[in-house]
Amino acid sequence: MTTITTRRPSPGAPDAPGGSPARRRSHVIADSITMLHRNLLHMVRYPGLSMFTIGGPVVILLLLLFVFGGTLGAGLPGVDPAGGRAAYLAYVMPGILLITIAGTAGGTATTVAMDMTEGITARFRTMAISRTAVLAGHVLGNTIQAIIAVTLVLAVGLLIGFRPTAGPVDWLAAAGLIAFISSAISWLAVGMGMQSKSVETASNLPLLLTILPLLGSGFVPTASMPAGLQWFAQYQPFTPFIETLRGLLLGTPLGWNPVLAIGWCVVIAAAGFVWSTALYERKSVR
Amino acid sequence: MTSPAIDVHGLRKSYGDKVVLDNVDLTVRAGTMTALLGPNGAGKTTTVHILSTLLKPDAGTAFVNGCDVWRDHDGVRAAIGLTGQFSAVDSLLTGEENLLLMARLRHLGSQRSKTRVAELLEQFDLVEAARKPLATYSGGMRRRLDLAMTLVQAPRVLFLDEPTSGLDPRSRRTMWDIVRGLVADGTTVLLTTQHLEEADELAHRIAVLDGGRIVAEGTPDELKRLVPGGHLRLRFTDAAALDAAARLLPESDRDDPGLTLTVPADGGVGALRTVLARLDAAHLEVDDLSIHTPDLDDVFFALTGRVETKGTET
Repeated sequence: MTTITTRRPSPGAPDAPGGSPARRRSHVIADSITMLHRNLLHMVRYPGLSMFTIGGPVVILLLLLFVFGGTLGAGLPGVDPAGGRAAYLAYVMPGILLITIAGTAGGTATTVAMDMTEGITARFRTMAISRTAVLAGHVLGNTIQAIIAVTLVLAVGLLIGFRPTAGPVDWLAAAGLIAFISSAISWLAVGMGMQSKSVETASNLPLLLTILPLLGSGFVPTASMPAGLQWFAQYQPFTPFIETLRGLLLGTPLGWNPVLAIGWCVVIAAAGFVWSTALYERKSVR
Repeated sequence: MTSPAIDVHGLRKSYGDKVVLDNVDLTVRAGTMTALLGPNGAGKTTTVHILSTLLKPDAGTAFVNGCDVWRDHDGVRAAIGLTGQFSAVDSLLTGEENLLLMARLRHLGSQRSKTRVAELLEQFDLVEAARKPLATYSGGMRRRLDLAMTLVQAPRVLFLDEPTSGLDPRSRRTMWDIVRGLVADGTTVLLTTQHLEEADELAHRIAVLDGGRIVAEGTPDELKRLVPGGHLRLRFTDAAALDAAARLLPESDRDDPGLTLTVPADGGVGALRTVLARLDAAHLEVDDLSIHTPDLDDVFFALTGRVETKGTET
């Protein structure tokens, strides 16, 4: 071992290999923060992608409201046809916010796929950084981005006349729900990004997620749909998400929706976590 | 004798029916550089990926810096650095941010991180470009940054997977100088390359990998001696001397217009001395003498029966 041990002191002398479990755990947290910092830096440096995730839902919102809103609102049960547009704004807003969250998944999947194809993930793996830290960095970054996007889209909604009836506690609960849904969707998006063979596929795969709010109670009541679709709409995760958010913001009955929403979040986050950590080892080598 | 920095026995890896590594043995002494030479698809990158814990071998043992590459990931990872043939940089950040990211992930602490990053920017001639986005970097700059990122925490064992592929001759020279400096400082290097010149130029030892097998291993000179084709070329001042010498050395080939004689020789000093002694005894004046040892192109051709590595030179 002499040659190895007598070499000049290295400028960045390594920690003892491995380290104690406590030390390793603190590394996971420190590394997650480093990774989050990296992802936030991307966001600041290249705001184009972030702008797109906000611009998309805003365009859909304005389109739905000013083009279809009058007619769609008049069709809602128990609404006076004269006030259709305002009623529809209130109805559609939670769905729009969910579309915003789903839309950020595309950004996450894209950045994850870029990391995989550029070889930097392989570098992270040879550096004894826990995969949880690498993946958590993406998830945290995306969650923050989703919360910012939702806030801005909500602000546009308020500007054009959205008037929620929520009290402070409801707002807090709504914010928590949005954060929880965002992180669950982010885990799924990380898996999608890893699964994709190219950056192009990665940016398309999560589009499926943005369609789900349309196939739920986000834009029209599920009761107006054909039987098969109605069944799907009732049991897919976005319906309880939307109904819970609607209940918190506008005081509609919540029922079992909050429980279902949290349950779905846990299931989606767990599935995304298991999927992406399994792929991490396999897919980061070309 | 020190324990080897890289010690590989009976390494096997296949993907389905395709055998990528077939019983590879490889030993690299600490503080030396070994080149793994072979054409595309020979298994070079797979070997490096196994040794750097990215891939699991099907069979065989592999130790890096005394740690088992599959059972002791953390031990291996604390000792190694890898710069692959696909640049592993974050192209959305600047050069400096890339280096700082590595320093943070190595837990150097903020003051030491800054010093180390500044040092590396200086050493790799990236000071001016430090705060520019990577989109503005040339291929050579990206490679230098890539290597600098690997060296944020000086590794004991460095894997360089085709570090100069796609670089222009000047950038390649710069890279070679950097790598030589690292070995001089005591780093063990395993370099993969398809350029015979590069292996010859840099490495203490060369292992020739072909179709997943090591087909030859030794110092560049030892390998060159494996193949026939070494010869002495003697030029004489006039035809008479050429005639006399040709009679004296019957195994030679004569070239009358050029007044030269080609004498097969194994490249050793003894053969040269014998030939010169015989000419001296006959009082024959040699106008010019050159020694031709086979180059690694000859070696590669002799070992694999193909010349395809020549064609891939860019």
